Amino acid sequence: MERPLTKHIKPGSVSLNMKDYIQLGGYGNLQKALKNIAPAEVTALVKASNLLGRGGAGFPTGVKWSLIPMDGDKSTPKYLVCNADEMEPGTFKDRYLLEGNPHQLIEGMIISAYAIQAGKAYIFLRWAYKKAEKILREAIADAYKSGYLGKNILGSGFNLDLYVHSSAGRYMCGEETALLNSLEGKRAMPRTKPPFPAISGLFGRPTVVNNVETLSWISHIVEHGAEWFKGLSLTPTGGTKLFGVSGRVKNPGTWELPLGISMRELLEEHAGGMTPGHKFRGALPGGASTDFLIEDHLDVKLDFSTVAAAGSRLGTGTMIVLDDKTCPVAFIHNVEKFFALESCGWCTPCREGLPWVEKMLASIEEGTGKMEYLDLLNFNAKFMGPGNTFCAHAPGAAEPLQSGLKYFHDDFVKHITDKKCPWR
Amino acid sequence: MLTEEEKKEIQEEIKQYPYPAVACIDALKIVQNHRGWVSDESVRDIAQLLSISNEEVDSVATFYSRIYRKPVGRNVILICDSVSCMILGYESLYNYISKKIGVSFGGTTSDGRFTLLPISCLGDCDNAPVMMINNDHFNRLTIEKIDELLDRYK
Ligand SMILES: Cc1cc2nc3c(=O)[nH]c(=O)nc-3n(C[C@H](O)[C@H](O)[C@H](O)COP(=O)(O)O)c2cc1C
Ligand code: SF4
Ligand code: FES
Repeated sequence: MERPLTKHIKPGSVSLNMKDYIQLGGYGNLQKALKNIAPAEVTALVKASNLLGRGGAGFPTGVKWSLIPMDGDKSTPKYLVCNADEMEPGTFKDRYLLEGNPHQLIEGMIISAYAIQAGKAYIFLRWAYKKAEKILREAIADAYKSGYLGKNILGSGFNLDLYVHSSAGRYMCGEETALLNSLEGKRAMPRTKPPFPAISGLFGRPTVVNNVETLSWISHIVEHGAEWFKGLSLTPTGGTKLFGVSGRVKNPGTWELPLGISMRELLEEHAGGMTPGHKFRGALPGGASTDFLIEDHLDVKLDFSTVAAAGSRLGTGTMIVLDDKTCPVAFIHNVEKFFALESCGWCTPCREGLPWVEKMLASIEEGTGKMEYLDLLNFNAKFMGPGNTFCAHAPGAAEPLQSGLKYFHDDFVKHITDKKCPWR
Repeated sequence: MLTEEEKKEIQEEIKQYPYPAVACIDALKIVQNHRGWVSDESVRDIAQLLSISNEEVDSVATFYSRIYRKPVGRNVILICDSVSCMILGYESLYNYISKKIGVSFGGTTSDGRFTLLPISCLGDCDNAPVMMINNDHFNRLTIEKIDELLDRYK
């Protein structure tokens, strides 16, 4: 089983430095691309590989790049932005790549910037990732020193400056248009789409935003080609994926595995099964903004389309497990409280709905909830769903709520009829 | 008044951007880095330096959760209260720390040594429960570890 993204990541999160990275052939693919492959061909190669974005939405990366105008005005730059905000509860995969192999990301970013002919690139980093920030700043300085960044990279005539922006903390910054506002020094409110960032992004210029894991793939795809990439997954999608598991499992962690492995295999073989004395009740398969899957779904293949067919989303691929010693109402309440707190306040179903949902869940958890709350919760979940709000924050918040109400209905009812939490 | 050092650091950030207002978040972080928090006076000083209104600066300062618009203690304890840390029992950590230093979430000890705050997921859920003290990150926490940890911060 191949693990291209993580095979050189040393245990104990020691970062792979410039010297070691180069010894492993690092920056060779950058040289190859700059010398032998035209920008449009790099984009065509990524398109052919069918690399789907690893930030949660699974949009085809090559298609996104091909929307960038390649002929226009060259006097002001185009931009490439790496989304390293990773603030969704239960998500910790990008951190592993950032700390473990920063040059893999930087080389991927330089090649990607070359493909769209961007002159400036940013890494938008989650505020809490202090260690990753230090590692990235050092790695970028090393890349400048070796002539991989700056003016006339490796004599190709291509120029690129790369900056790290450490965020000031807000989940909304991860939404790509809110991220652009934040990079411009404003509040992280999402923008109207269209125009899409590919036409009018950072400072009104064509911009591509991609996730850390997505960009970490690019040099590998340049090296081995599209067919190789497609062959890495068990399903037709292509590629491996970083999967993670947290909650009461024996061996929580992150693993690079082929897309299409089953949920059972991830939980049992890699996460080691449940902690003794705990039973599996369900899981959010791809971070806090995805629908619950339950025991019936353990054989679902973990890929974008297969998880969607089971009624949820692969999201970020990092799973949060609900066990039988944890109250499902408390679990859902915790998640909805996060979403309520992080709403940017623009749309009614999100700004008004989420605090209402949070309050009802709190009172059910405390044993003062009423039966009619269940209908009201479902009503709000519908309102927060796709199409009613400006960005995907509220639809994301609706997912664990609507599925939780469905799968853990009896637990909700018991809280209300017994007027207390059975887990306390 | 911003110090010369603060001004210099902010000017340095402005250089990489097409216009000064873009450095608003950087400027707030720089000031907070030096003073621990951002006062009304600092908001005005930053606004002046970036040629934008006080209200614009304040709207940004109050949007982001890591900018403090009220004074905090010398050390800020951030306990992750998101879902994976909840499952792994952040509440008992909170109860222990809160009792030990005598303040609840949102409070600062009377000697100004600690401020205690809840924080959303710190991206280390496979090592829950997790907390930060200032810029330092601690995971797989147990109550037994807390006394020694807090002792390091005076
Ligand atoms: C509220 C919200 C938060 C998001 N947070 C992140 C994030 O932290 N990291 C990320 O890569 N994508 C995040 N996304 C998805 C981005 O909007 C965007 O789809 C992604 O960065 C595109 O990269 P990709 O095509 O490589 O997946 C978020 C979306 C929403 C609606
Ligand atoms: S859905 Fe929520 S977070 Fe997104 S724009 Fe509307 S109010 Fe803001
Ligand atoms: S939930 Fe606490 S670190 Fe993620």
